[in-house]
Amino acid sequence: MTLKFVEGIKADVTADIVYMMCPMHLLKLDELIRELDKGQVLEIMTDYDGAMEDIPAWCSRTGNEFIGIEETEEYYKFYIRKLTD
Amino acid sequence: MKMCYFDHAATNPLHPEVLESMMPFFKEEFGNALSVYDLGMHAREAVEHARAEVAALINAKPGTIVFTSSGVEANNFALRGAAIARKQQGNHVIVSKAEHHSVLNSARFLEKQGFVVTYLPVDNHGLVAPDLLKKSIINETVLISITHASREIGTVEPIKELSAVAKERGVAFHTDAIASTGNIPVDVQDLGVDMLSMTGHQMYGPKGIGALYIREGTRIAPLIYGGIQEGGRRAGTENVAYVVGMGRAAQLAREEMNDRMEHVRKLRDRLVQGIAGIPNVYLTGHPENRLPNHASFVVEFIEGEAMLLMLAMKGIYTASGSACSSKALKSSPVLLSLGVPTALAQGSIVFTLGRGNTEEEVDFALAEFPQIVSKLRAMSPFANKGWDYGTKNDTCYVGG
Repeated sequence: MTLKFVEGIKADVTADIVYMMCPMHLLKLDELIRELDKGQVLEIMTDYDGAMEDIPAWCSRTGNEFIGIEETEEYYKFYIRKLTD
Repeated sequence: MKMCYFDHAATNPLHPEVLESMMPFFKEEFGNALSVYDLGMHAREAVEHARAEVAALINAKPGTIVFTSSGVEANNFALRGAAIARKQQGNHVIVSKAEHHSVLNSARFLEKQGFVVTYLPVDNHGLVAPDLLKKSIINETVLISITHASREIGTVEPIKELSAVAKERGVAFHTDAIASTGNIPVDVQDLGVDMLSMTGHQMYGPKGIGALYIREGTRIAPLIYGGIQEGGRRAGTENVAYVVGMGRAAQLAREEMNDRMEHVRKLRDRLVQGIAGIPNVYLTGHPENRLPNHASFVVEFIEGEAMLLMLAMKGIYTASGSACSSKALKSSPVLLSLGVPTALAQGSIVFTLGRGNTEEEVDFALAEFPQIVSKLRAMSPFANKGWDYGTKNDTCYVGG
């Protein structure tokens, strides 16, 4: 999967899990996506490089949209739109 | 021989109800708290119940509590983890000179990693001045760590004022509350701290378990890498029995706090009053703003170790400086930071009282201690001619 880099995406919910260990990015994603309404956007902030593979793969497996990634000096911001009920 | 244990700053005896709460988790409830079947679920429920109890003790949300192997680990985690997580923002850290070794040595480690550390002086009672802290903050300051209460001199710092200074400048603030949590009211909302360290065995829980409070939104790099235990912040299979013990200890401390404080304060005041009658003995630390169970002194012309051992021969257990300094026969850095001359700092003796102590035990100590001081002074070559302290001044170290 090709990673799509984005800028200025507005999120409905943000999870700052910078410095939290793998696989917290997947556990948080799974937990928070349940709290969103269909069409809403989740932002995950993490410094874990492996998330670049895991989060798009999770989206494709669960039928949610991986909007893209924004890179900062210290961490990544991942944007996911909830498409499932 | 009856034992009079007056070294509660070193450790507390385990509360019988704490031990009882732990026992099932050494035996039939041995599950891993991450296992998804019922045995693991029981362990998980017990860990989360304990987390809620520890959180309630300091008025925090359960999710902000990370269990560690000790208070010292919590201090290391806070200092190293918070500094490393902020290294892009700046490389300056502030601690006081009167911190425990676990804070001072973590700060020294950070210096080797390229951080610059300011070691703030304290006044003759061990207090950090908020004004001085304010002046010490620079644009590169990313972390401040000041102890809540000193194990060695009992002084309780004005953490609320100090953390407000940090907040004004957007600097993360940690406090080592190992000696205070469970012994006096500790409220993280009121104190305004971002991180707070505590330990089980200072609240009649087991040794080998501690916790770090981390305010929501506070970034901290892990000290121990591995899996997702403790919310992905501290790896390692949870020590369920000890976590449960700390939780029960926290619950009992919250319920019995006022009674315990009242009990030890009365005994402490009786002890201080009695010892004040011995010539050339000085209270160290703040005379009022101090832990209610804490009575610390420096005794002229004799060594703390000698007093401690002679008291121990009578069944009276005390400390001389911190447990670590005492073992190394080293002058306490905390006492030196108050301006206590090196020679006098060697005469440190610390009594810390607990829920099990009685008035009779205090009276026994008050009967024995002056005799021990007299006996040792009779052997001291300095007792008759006195000491030339060189830099001693009238305002240093003396509490009252």
